[in-house]
Amino acid sequence: MKPRTVDKIATSLIVFFALFIVAILVGLLGYILFRGLSHVSWDFLTSAPQKIRAGGGVGPQLFNSIFLLVLTLIITVPLGLGAGIFMAEYARPGKLTGFIRLIVEVLSSFPSIVVGLFGLLLIVNYFNLGFSLISGALALTVFNLPLMVRITEQAFRSVPNQQKEAGFALGLSKWKIVTSVLLPVALPTIITGTILSAGRVFGEAAALMFTAGMSSPRLDFTNWNPLSPSSPLNPFRPAETLAVHIWKINSEGLAPDAAQIAAGASAVLVLTVLIFNLAARYFGRLIYRKLTASKSMD
Amino acid sequence: MRVKPKKARIEKHHIEDFIGRTYMSFCVALLIVIIVSMVYFVASKGISTFISGDVTVSDFLFGTKWSPDGDTPSFGAFPFIAGSFLVTLLAALIASPLSLCAALFMTEIVPGWGKKLLQPVIELLSGIPSVVYGFIGLSVIVPFLRNTLPGQGIGVAAGALVLSVMILPTITSVAADALASLPQNLKESSFALGATRWQTISRVIIPTTFPAIMTGIVLGMARAFGEALAVQMVIGNAPFIPRSLFESASTLTSVITLGMGNTTMGSAHNNALWSMALVLMLMTFVFVFLVRLLERRNKI
Repeated sequence: MKPRTVDKIATSLIVFFALFIVAILVGLLGYILFRGLSHVSWDFLTSAPQKIRAGGGVGPQLFNSIFLLVLTLIITVPLGLGAGIFMAEYARPGKLTGFIRLIVEVLSSFPSIVVGLFGLLLIVNYFNLGFSLISGALALTVFNLPLMVRITEQAFRSVPNQQKEAGFALGLSKWKIVTSVLLPVALPTIITGTILSAGRVFGEAAALMFTAGMSSPRLDFTNWNPLSPSSPLNPFRPAETLAVHIWKINSEGLAPDAAQIAAGASAVLVLTVLIFNLAARYFGRLIYRKLTASKSMD
Repeated sequence: MRVKPKKARIEKHHIEDFIGRTYMSFCVALLIVIIVSMVYFVASKGISTFISGDVTVSDFLFGTKWSPDGDTPSFGAFPFIAGSFLVTLLAALIASPLSLCAALFMTEIVPGWGKKLLQPVIELLSGIPSVVYGFIGLSVIVPFLRNTLPGQGIGVAAGALVLSVMILPTITSVAADALASLPQNLKESSFALGATRWQTISRVIIPTTFPAIMTGIVLGMARAFGEALAVQMVIGNAPFIPRSLFESASTLTSVITLGMGNTTMGSAHNNALWSMALVLMLMTFVFVFLVRLLERRNKI
């Protein structure tokens, strides 16, 4: 065959498969939203699930997912920032830095179920926190922390060196430069990354099955005392999240409309992640404009 | 007039620096503590199966009979290890060519709008949670396989298909990065010699970026190997070595997912599950090692 013919065939194959991937995504999203959204209503989003009868909602699960996400971010963001800044600005190339880098890499590639099991062993049983939101948040910390470290490190590395040098020329201390010169410039990237990682945490299930638990107590949304067992704000109560709920009703759901609930919950989950994606872009641009007085990103 | 000593101001800087450094050291130390305690706890639980003397390492790794509740319980985890490797390899086989095409499309064929089109697609695909992939596998792929091919629909093929979509974004983004960072003059000299685009891609671009593409594939396989819920939902969870792609099987992760809640801590069955978690953890180390090896080759 002539090279030109081969080239044409190969090119069309590549184009075909690339468009095939686009078709997969469109098909996936279309299927999830088309099948799921018809089942989503305000009632579905707010009411509690039914065990055996039809018509249950995902209210507590949705709340648990969001609350757990907030708890996780409260723990991981400051820790990830600290370690990431260290890796970007303070760590000198050497054995120790190489070792920390290896740790971050290994931690971020651990299967989430292993993280969940570790949480079950150490946090749930050994520290005796039980199946609770706080156990889940700590397990997700293990899961999310390496991501935060990477995001922070990359954000700081991408700050132009002149900014730092200007700070040194003014006689500022290194910590002062980090916090008041570099951090504001790196912040848009960090926020974008954090929201994207929040999307991952929101959809995480395997690590939570053994830490946050697979049940949710009856919640009384008028009770805002964080120590009462029926209060939604109590961090020591078990909490089934939306993702875990989807898994549970698919594997052992007894309600006659389990398939519809799974479809509706999946649509809610995917939509939330989509919103996270869009929000990440939007906030990144907005804050960048506010902080640097320039019109566009990059 | 006496000049006030500047000591106070310098001290403030020092204190600031000190607090900052202490805080950062704490964060880094925490990372080390997490990984050390993780390895320690999972390993100590995982080897208790072998220490208690009921099961030997070779029985566990190569034994084919899994009946934890039988009269003479046996804990051969080979079917699950085989299942894990089988779905992982199949998923990589399906996803790699597709990902490579996507990466080539973005960087070589239509670098302009190709990237604008595929970049968000890849991001969205990687953002879809794994339980949703499992749900779609259960409600689309499984019925499709059941109606068109022999078998029940659930099984190795369904698991591999679901996993392949899940690892597509990982492989594509690594491969696209590698292709985009390729020096322009390599391509230009190939074109100058009169080579067609496909000749350039197949003889110059892919061989040069091969280690990086392999890195992406290994990362994707690591993700597939550790994925629990999506696979568990569609693979059927039968404790046998599958004889065909359309038979039910189990993976290490699916057995742990199903078994961990139903066994009591410290029982032989439970310990065997921890041993599987240990195998998963060791495999993670192998994957990270492979990635590092490939990255080193990529630098030269």
